[in-house]
Amino acid sequence: MKSIPENLVCFNTFEADKPWTYETYRKHGGYDAWDRILKGELSPEQVIEEVKASGLRGRGGAGFPTGLKWSFMPRLQPIQKYLVCNSDESEPGTCHDREVLRKNPHALIEGMAIAAYAMGATIAYNYIRGEFMEEPIPRFELAVKEAYEHKLLGKNIQSSNIDLELHTFVGAGAYICGEETALLESLEGKQGKPRFKPPFPANFGLYGKPTTINNTQSLASVPSIIRNGAKWFKDIGVENSGGTAQFSVSGHIERPGNYELPMGTSFKELLELCGGVLGGAKLKAVIPGGSSVPVMPAETILGCTMDYDSLQKAGSSFGTGAVIVMDETTCMVKVLRRIARFYMAESCGQCTPCREGTGWLYRMLTRIIEGQGELEDLTKLVEIANKIEGHTICALGDAAAWPVQSFLKHFHHEFEYMVNNKGRSIVSIDDEVTV
Amino acid sequence: MSDDLIEIEIDGKSVQAKKGQMIIEATDTTSSYVPRFCYHSKLSIAANCRMCLVEVEKAPKPLPACATPVAAGMKIFTRSPYAIAAQKATMEFLLINHPLDCPICDQGGECELQDIAMGYGRGISRYNDNKRVVKDKNIGPLVSTDMTRCIHCTRCVRFGEEITGVQDLGTVMRGENMRIDTYVEKSIDHELSSNIIDLCPVGALNNKPYRYSARSWEMIQHETIAAHDCVGSNIYAHALRGTVKRVVPRENEAINETWISDRDRFSYEGIYSDERLMSPMIKKDDQWQEISWKDALIEIVEKLKVVENNSAAVLASPNSTLEEFYLLSRLSDELSISNIDHRLRMVDFTDQLNDPKIPLLGINIAEIENCKQIVVVGSDIRKEAPIIGHRIRKAALSGAQIGIINENINEYFFDVAVYLSESIIGNLLGLLSALNGEPPEEMRDIFKQIKPTKEQQKLAAILNSEDKKHFILGHLAINHPYASAIRLLSAKIAELTGAVLGFITEGSNAAGGHLMGVLPHRGFAGSSREIIGHSISEISENNLDLLLLFNAEPGKDIPNLSAEKLTDSLVIALTPYATENYKTTADIMLPIGTFAETSGTYINCEERWQSFSGIANPVGESRPGWKVLRAIGSLLGMSEFEFESSESVLDEISQRLKDTPMSNEINNFSLQNKINKKDLLDTHLVQSVPMYEVDSVLRHSASLQLTPEASRSDST
Ligand SMILES: Cc1cc2nc3c(=O)[nH]c(=O)nc-3n(C[C@H](O)[C@H](O)[C@H](O)COP(=O)(O)O)c2cc1C
Ligand code: SF4
Ligand code: FES
Repeated sequence: MKSIPENLVCFNTFEADKPWTYETYRKHGGYDAWDRILKGELSPEQVIEEVKASGLRGRGGAGFPTGLKWSFMPRLQPIQKYLVCNSDESEPGTCHDREVLRKNPHALIEGMAIAAYAMGATIAYNYIRGEFMEEPIPRFELAVKEAYEHKLLGKNIQSSNIDLELHTFVGAGAYICGEETALLESLEGKQGKPRFKPPFPANFGLYGKPTTINNTQSLASVPSIIRNGAKWFKDIGVENSGGTAQFSVSGHIERPGNYELPMGTSFKELLELCGGVLGGAKLKAVIPGGSSVPVMPAETILGCTMDYDSLQKAGSSFGTGAVIVMDETTCMVKVLRRIARFYMAESCGQCTPCREGTGWLYRMLTRIIEGQGELEDLTKLVEIANKIEGHTICALGDAAAWPVQSFLKHFHHEFEYMVNNKGRSIVSIDDEVTV
Repeated sequence: MSDDLIEIEIDGKSVQAKKGQMIIEATDTTSSYVPRFCYHSKLSIAANCRMCLVEVEKAPKPLPACATPVAAGMKIFTRSPYAIAAQKATMEFLLINHPLDCPICDQGGECELQDIAMGYGRGISRYNDNKRVVKDKNIGPLVSTDMTRCIHCTRCVRFGEEITGVQDLGTVMRGENMRIDTYVEKSIDHELSSNIIDLCPVGALNNKPYRYSARSWEMIQHETIAAHDCVGSNIYAHALRGTVKRVVPRENEAINETWISDRDRFSYEGIYSDERLMSPMIKKDDQWQEISWKDALIEIVEKLKVVENNSAAVLASPNSTLEEFYLLSRLSDELSISNIDHRLRMVDFTDQLNDPKIPLLGINIAEIENCKQIVVVGSDIRKEAPIIGHRIRKAALSGAQIGIINENINEYFFDVAVYLSESIIGNLLGLLSALNGEPPEEMRDIFKQIKPTKEQQKLAAILNSEDKKHFILGHLAINHPYASAIRLLSAKIAELTGAVLGFITEGSNAAGGHLMGVLPHRGFAGSSREIIGHSISEISENNLDLLLLFNAEPGKDIPNLSAEKLTDSLVIALTPYATENYKTTADIMLPIGTFAETSGTYINCEERWQSFSGIANPVGESRPGWKVLRAIGSLLGMSEFEFESSESVLDEISQRLKDTPMSNEINNFSLQNKINKKDLLDTHLVQSVPMYEVDSVLRHSASLQLTPEASRSDST
């Protein structure tokens, strides 16, 4: 098998001794793109075209083409516009934005600067989840300080007539604040409750002003696109999925961790790179993109490449690139209950289906595990999930529904077994860690 | 088709909709009803209940009708299997944690959840896990809480944020644990707060005094008019076998929209106060004795027949009906009594000959919102006329600049552009000077010393515009010791700036009192009197032989008329209540009905005539005021006084007004009195009358008297 190139984009400083410093970043070609912009060599239109051509898609989970999103901003309107970076990273299994903040914060800063310039935003916020207080936030803030010191941010930067003030905002640890409009509310100092759309943030965002929200990785990928050209980036990946992706691999795996690999890497290659299933056990299932995307049985995922189209065709989704590996000892009922508990706890509570439905799902699953389940509960679970999906203001409702639908689709027999055997799991490992 | 109209299709029928309108606004113009909970036309969109989901052609998901703008050619299906499935799904979720305690819930029978569940709910529940229980809150004496019933529509939260501006209620916690809360234990006490009772679609927030006392379907709904301010809010009274059980708003966009003040909602409790006078009473040897109606009337008529006309006075509540005012006016004419008044709290009458024939707001209530500048002088407007306070807030929110000139500092939940406190007259003079106006003759000397302050100049600059503007004088301006000076200066400023001058008068029918001639200086329809009667101040100083009080309580409704001053007078009180003040001052008391026990008409501050019929059975032996007056008139032998009904009184009023049209020229105000220039600029600290003290019914409304507002009143 050919060796797969690693760490081409967001992680490209990682092999250095202190990858997070300004000097290291510069050594890797960092701020070259921003320098060119400050010298007036690139117009905002050119930047947007370049990002469009690169095939970069939002890494926050929805995979929306980044360049297209930028083009929705009313760039020429003479009003305040904002750029917001979403570093709230809370989807279970996902932990690669943290790596960018810890080890390559300048890539994010440069990416934010370029994006802000392209959209005419002069104020940018990075909304970082509160749990990152220990290391990622100080690293990022230090980098911002360095960038200001090197006159890469501020008012009329290097007499270029370009303004950009960049601020860090620390969230209080709510998954829902990762949803872009809840994030805006939170940034405004309100409860993190998603807004209904329309109006979209590009028209009515932060403080009612045009705003674009992008994920950390989406933005951190931008400097290398401008530096190396759209084609370079696009060619790393495959059709409809440009560039690299950062996979957070966790679960029953020999070497869990974050891997930056080209889009379209096959699952088999990824698995191999991570040392295979823990202890050489048999693979049972994988959740390929963070806990909300549909689970995939081993046979399905083993035939997939890790990119938007392939995973979608196979009935799941690329999501955030958080790959959760489960071996044959895993009780799928218990996993689902754990996931259901998360979405119940994280629902903001405003929409009826999500507020009431997530708890209902969790309690039914708990009942099944406690041996009180009935066969009709299994149909009911899917029906309830169907009634939440697509009926809510934000996609948390969907995120709560998809696991239920997919677990019951692919592993129905495990649920049936447990109901029929009064709570005994099909894998029957009695000492298994439960929640 | 005009530019902002587009063609859409609703359930197969083509419909015209306004651009930018939400689907639900469009469907509401058709017979396609979309179920909803969080949507309310007076509140911002929340789109959180998800009840209004409908099918839209080409949309990948069912869309919320309340939050989806219409688009040309849009095809909407409100009752397709797809739409109904989505609506039913939401209904199931809403019901799983709802206690379904309808049999013991006051909302039962008029509950939006119950109604919609009838159409969209299942017969039996599929939910067999534990239900949520939420602790109730004590939010004061007016609104009861059963928070387990809450469906989290947040209408009450948005009401506070958007309508009153006081964020009393909010949401705390998340997900299933989210609840409506005050965060800290506190009562909600904005003057409009209790509208959340009507807004709450379920029985979570309910009417506390009404609690468990009737079921909605047993009661009869009567249209009537609120009786405590010059707005005349439209209300329904709900009565169970002749007893008023509660009051709710009756929508009228021109007046109160869908709101009413807490005062108008809960005053009905006063009808059933223990202090009601149950039968006619007469004082014999300092002892009160019951007496029959017949004997009481004969007794009164004997006294009236012999009294010296300039030693008798008639004082009536400004809440009297037009018909009562008219009969009082005719009776007084018959007896040649010109000491008659309804302006019971005024002290400065020096310029009354220049009064407008009817003091009015000058513009329609609904127009307030369109004013770009509003100056409120001498008024705690939120308390005096809550609905007008609300309209002014709406104006402010849509960009109007509001100036307040008042001795007291009152709280407003919007940005006041300029607040001029301390001496009202000093501020008006400063404003006049900043506008380069000419002072009235009598104030030349004082005016010379006036240098406009920065704030006064700021207000002057604001008023220097071509916009529509309004200058409102409230109760404190009207009852001020130098009311005539205030009015004159205000009129000058209004003239200079092109503002409309208007008045917020006391009671529900001051306009009617003026029109009917219940005034010492004018008779019916503004006719002038040959002999100008005594003012209230003179009446209280002069130890008259006889006083006829019509729902006007010495010391309370007539602050300057105390018991000591009445020891030598014969006092005949027509009153719903036998309070201590009446018992010590009166000699005969006749029980008359409250606003609920009589029919009649009020004229509001826009000169809108609103008639209503009696809605409650009379308490005890009380009779409607107009009937008692008619009986007195008949016994006095007055001709053409045999009115069969209040309507026949009204007919006669209308006929006479047609025959003697009132000139409606706007009077030039002129200051006639000699002014004590020394203390003209002092602050006179005219106290506002606490809002639950302004009339007799309110003083007897038990729940209102339990509010923080009432205890605030006590201490001042
Ligand atoms: C419940 C919920 C949680 C989300 N959490 C995150 C998150 O933690 N980080 C993130 O980047 N995007 C998150 N998203 C996606 C964002 O709403 C948004 O689509 C994204 O930040 C856009 O950036 P992108 O276009 O660069 O992907 C979340 C979405 C939902 C519905
Ligand atoms: S779907 Fe859930 S999390 Fe999203 S807005 Fe609705 S209640 Fe809140
Ligand atoms: S009425 Fe539309 S979501 Fe509640």
